[in-house]
Amino acid sequence: MCLAIPGKIVELDSQNALQAVVDVVGVRRKVDLGLLQDEPPVPGDWVLIHVGFAMSKISEADASDQMRTLTMLGEAEAAMQEVRGYGLENEEGNEEQGQSGPRLKQ
Amino acid sequence: MKFVDEFRSPELIAKAGQEIRRLAEPARHYRIMEVCGGHTHAIYRFGLKDLLPQNVELIHGPGCPVCVLPMGRIDDGLSLATDPNFIFAAFGDMMRVPGTHGSPLEYKARGMDVRIVYSPADALKLARGNREKHVMFFAIGFETTAPSTALTLMRAKAEGLRNFSVFCNHVTIIPAIRAILDSPDMRLDGFVGPGHVSTVIGCRPYDWIAKDEGKPVVVSGFEPLDILQSIVMLLRQLRKGEAKVENQYKRVVPWEGNRAALRAMGEVFELRPYFEWRGLGFISQSALKIRGTYAKWDAEQRFSVPGVRVTDPKAAQCGEVLKGVLKPAQCKLFGRECTPERPVGALMVSSEGSCAAYYNYEHRKPVAIAAAAN
Amino acid sequence: MATVAPKIKFREPQIEMAHGAGGKASRRLVEGLFAPILFRAGQGPLGDAAHIQINGTRIAMTTDSFVVKPLRFPGGSIGELAINGTVNDLAVSGAKSEAIVVTYVLEAGLPTDVLEAEVRAMADAAEKAGVVIAGGDTKVVEHGKADHMYITTTGIGRLLSGVVITPDSVRPGDKVLLSGPIGDHGITILLARGDLDLEADLRSDTRSVFPLVQSLVREAGAGVRWMRDPTRGGVATSLNELARDCGHGIVVCEEKIPVRDSVRGACELLGLDPLHIANEGQFLAIVSSEYADSALRALHAIPGGEDAEMIGQVCEQPAGAVLVTTLYGGRRLVDMLVGDPLPRIC
Repeated sequence: MCLAIPGKIVELDSQNALQAVVDVVGVRRKVDLGLLQDEPPVPGDWVLIHVGFAMSKISEADASDQMRTLTMLGEAEAAMQEVRGYGLENEEGNEEQGQSGPRLKQ
Repeated sequence: MKFVDEFRSPELIAKAGQEIRRLAEPARHYRIMEVCGGHTHAIYRFGLKDLLPQNVELIHGPGCPVCVLPMGRIDDGLSLATDPNFIFAAFGDMMRVPGTHGSPLEYKARGMDVRIVYSPADALKLARGNREKHVMFFAIGFETTAPSTALTLMRAKAEGLRNFSVFCNHVTIIPAIRAILDSPDMRLDGFVGPGHVSTVIGCRPYDWIAKDEGKPVVVSGFEPLDILQSIVMLLRQLRKGEAKVENQYKRVVPWEGNRAALRAMGEVFELRPYFEWRGLGFISQSALKIRGTYAKWDAEQRFSVPGVRVTDPKAAQCGEVLKGVLKPAQCKLFGRECTPERPVGALMVSSEGSCAAYYNYEHRKPVAIAAAAN
Repeated sequence: MATVAPKIKFREPQIEMAHGAGGKASRRLVEGLFAPILFRAGQGPLGDAAHIQINGTRIAMTTDSFVVKPLRFPGGSIGELAINGTVNDLAVSGAKSEAIVVTYVLEAGLPTDVLEAEVRAMADAAEKAGVVIAGGDTKVVEHGKADHMYITTTGIGRLLSGVVITPDSVRPGDKVLLSGPIGDHGITILLARGDLDLEADLRSDTRSVFPLVQSLVREAGAGVRWMRDPTRGGVATSLNELARDCGHGIVVCEEKIPVRDSVRGACELLGLDPLHIANEGQFLAIVSSEYADSALRALHAIPGGEDAEMIGQVCEQPAGAVLVTTLYGGRRLVDMLVGDPLPRIC
């Protein structure tokens, strides 16, 4: 039920503001903006497309936020280990609790 | 592809995998259900199971609208296709689903006018361009797809287009989740929530799962990083003994859902008192029906259909696989009488059905990988 | 030795569309009905072309039918496909095409200018491919019985020296080479049909792959074990056929498979896998590891071969199957197509 793809609005239909053309890496399709009529997107906006309808606007800010969270996965925990100082401190502070010796980089 | 490739970053996927391994308590066995068939498909397509530790098990849920559609409904829809004045239009997903007398593709091979459409709007376009024929759109899908059907019906009515109707099989996700939780055989620790359904219904409808059933729900996107991050979030909650609803798919899912979409659905649809779900039996208030105000565009109100109930062969264990009680390979017919080429049940035909996904992407793998490891 | 009556393993009561799609159903029909009756026992696995010895000269012969809708599409037309398709079947069996004969089945009512356009397209393609059109036949059927036109081409060619192509010679450790980006043809056709309302700057990749094959054979002939042009059913189907025929496993790395952005975009939108989409101007080659690097260089040196890639290798496991791995460690099996690839929304 769930195949939906991000696409960029490249132009609005001159006759109907609720019809637009989206671009998905060079593939273009008409999409219906009827489900986003309360806050219609404009060219340059990214939307989620499902069965030819735009379902939602994609928030670049939230996406970057998420990327940042993912990049920091594991690092927050490692930093906390260092702070708690269970006698496993070394210069880098990259130690798993209960392990000794340097952690091998994956 | 923007908003896609970043969420397939190998380095970040490795990090997420490590974090999952770190969070999963060795003494515990986690059973997490992904409700949506799209997630099942993504898990297999991206080979995500290979990245999870042994004690984190993903159970496939019933969120596959093709899989839960009873054969009788397909027969009903196809009975109208036999009329030479009809064009039967449906998504590609429906084309190979067997009815009692064949699948839509087989009807097409026999000369009936069957068309694949990508959008309900395309079916409407067909009607505009073929005035001498009647175009019937066989609608399937959960709340992700229902609003698009609703808008299309509103447009048909506004245009006064007489040669268009919809045969509506839209179903709703919450009753399906309830049926899973009510099932005595099922023990689950948490849910990966349906990301695209949630763009429409929002995250509130899952509150009862956390509050009343005590199971965490993380509404998830569909890229590898989305699914892995959702599992991280679930494990974090489970470690702390928490149960709440979280939104991992923030970049797309609004907590309150899509009001315009819900309005369109409310305008066009009402809940059926009950509807039969293949494998799950009759569930009340679980499916959508077109309102009387749109009767002229409702194939069921306009035309008569056989309305025959077709039960699955006893040997087919679709219901148990749908509920996640059995794994596909545990069904007696799997890989023998029931294969993607000759499917007995819909779980083998639908590309997001657990049986088809398992068969196509996985079933020879464990032996193969184990052998390679030696 | 007593003659054994051919055993028909094909049990289906009627022929369906899937039997022509190039995937599992097609294979069942060929192996279960045609092969037992038509081919002599012990003739070996079915390849793209037949090899015949005439007075000590090794000749390759192949035939193919072309049914395409629409007839004309960005990058080509049915006429071009009909020539290039047969030239390519001969090329991947290690042969240089010498002559082609053509059969047209035409639908009554077909406008003459449409036919003329295809005949010109065939003449141009033949000249480009350096092959002679030596003759042909024409039949006309009633309106409604032929989808405008069906074209069958049968070609013969001379086998290149220094290359023996058979799946039996494929070994674990051999490398899988792909001549260029996949999915262009199939997606172009899908878009050209107009039902899906998608637009992209895409063209069919139809071309003769012989110049590439020739370069490959010159450089690395001793190491070339097997070749195939992945037409209907795509790369996945061709590699699965090989895996079945040689009994080994084929492991391919997803990120190494060249796919144009727009093909990728269309596939993501429609829920299709590029590995299942037809190609008309590419080929796969299995080359022993000693020759693999020079083979790839040989392809890169020819115009049109710049995008060739080494996409994977032959392994012992998973025996008889094709595995796709990703950089992040995910793995999935890829099977042959069942019928034609269908867009999905779920």
